[in-house]
Amino acid sequence: MSETLPLLNALDMARFTARGFLRFDAAVPAEINAQFLAEAGEPPKPAPGRKMLGTYMELLANSGVPEVPPGVPLASAYPQGSAIQRLLDLPVVKGAIQSLVGPDPVFDHHFLHVTFPPAYYEAGGGENVSQHTHQDSTIDPSEGFDLQIMYYPHKVTREMGGTRFVPGTHLRRVSEVALGRYQNIAGQQHMVCEAGTLLFLHNGIWHGGGVNHADRTRTMFKIRMNPSVPQTRLWDVSTLPPEPAQRPIFFIKSPQPETVESILMTPEPWFEQDTGRLEFLNRVKLWRRLSGDPDFDADYWATRLQNPARRA
Amino acid sequence: MRQKVLVLYLANSALDAPTIAWAVYDGTGETRPMAGDNDQAPYRTGVDALKDGWRLFQAAQILPHHRGDEFDLAYLKYEFFFEKLVETAA
Repeated sequence: MSETLPLLNALDMARFTARGFLRFDAAVPAEINAQFLAEAGEPPKPAPGRKMLGTYMELLANSGVPEVPPGVPLASAYPQGSAIQRLLDLPVVKGAIQSLVGPDPVFDHHFLHVTFPPAYYEAGGGENVSQHTHQDSTIDPSEGFDLQIMYYPHKVTREMGGTRFVPGTHLRRVSEVALGRYQNIAGQQHMVCEAGTLLFLHNGIWHGGGVNHADRTRTMFKIRMNPSVPQTRLWDVSTLPPEPAQRPIFFIKSPQPETVESILMTPEPWFEQDTGRLEFLNRVKLWRRLSGDPDFDADYWATRLQNPARRA
Repeated sequence: MRQKVLVLYLANSALDAPTIAWAVYDGTGETRPMAGDNDQAPYRTGVDALKDGWRLFQAAQILPHHRGDEFDLAYLKYEFFFEKLVETAA
């Protein structure tokens, strides 16, 4: 019997298109969280003179999380029965992955991110600071995207820092930590969450690890995966309206209902007044790809520019 | 004498436009600002920073858009650097 997965609907896909993330709170059962923490292993206790790099290398060397080369099918990256394979097999996870990067994504890389509390820095030196905000990997001019899953196997409090990310930054073409100068950006979010929470991110989103002021380590596991098919109509397209239509713009007499268009046209607090409109255009461009509708537009931004009567 | 630096990113090129991003660097060593340390902007606009004694020493240029690149977005455009000079014992 074939499995029916809970694919993402049109509004969730529009949210991902507009903001570059989807959050699934406490989606992973406690039993898998406990298994993962046991497999990942504990870092050595702080000891006078032991540097942070040495602590981290010892943690990785003793971890039960496997080394995996990039480019293999995600389906073969983890042993059956391991915590991560069980997580990837959860219907809500499988359905979301399939909706965003297709049924057979390719494993890119993973990493065990551990943020250490002050005691480690007091013992071994170094400065306990947050990570500069950055976009992962390199400048990425492609029209599709990779998916990054951030998995929080234990509860994260604000004191523990949490992953900081800036919704809506994913369509900007920047060079990794070149943007590190921006300490704080209006609308930034900090991942304060219950155990088993998952954050699905577009690879372009600006983010950084928060500083840990608590008395325990903070653990986050990240998996990056690539699509192996074009990212077009991989989700539940039955949730699209049969006939998309332009909605009234600017001169509006009453609140508009939530639609794909309204989600794509919602600005972020950090949007500049002029380039915010270009963000809208770039969202329309990504939605055209995801929906397979080359003529899609929202609020007339693209149609106005593409009027054939205006071409030379 | 030590320098404190405030960087404000505004919503357009006007100094009285709203703040959308910000950073502080403290040459006195008395504070250690860092990424993600404040979800509230220190000043509503660039002019509010002037009123509080910050001296503007650099503003981003307004540059034309190269044909073909008009829709590519990268870094924040409207960057303003301010300073305060602070007397220290050392």
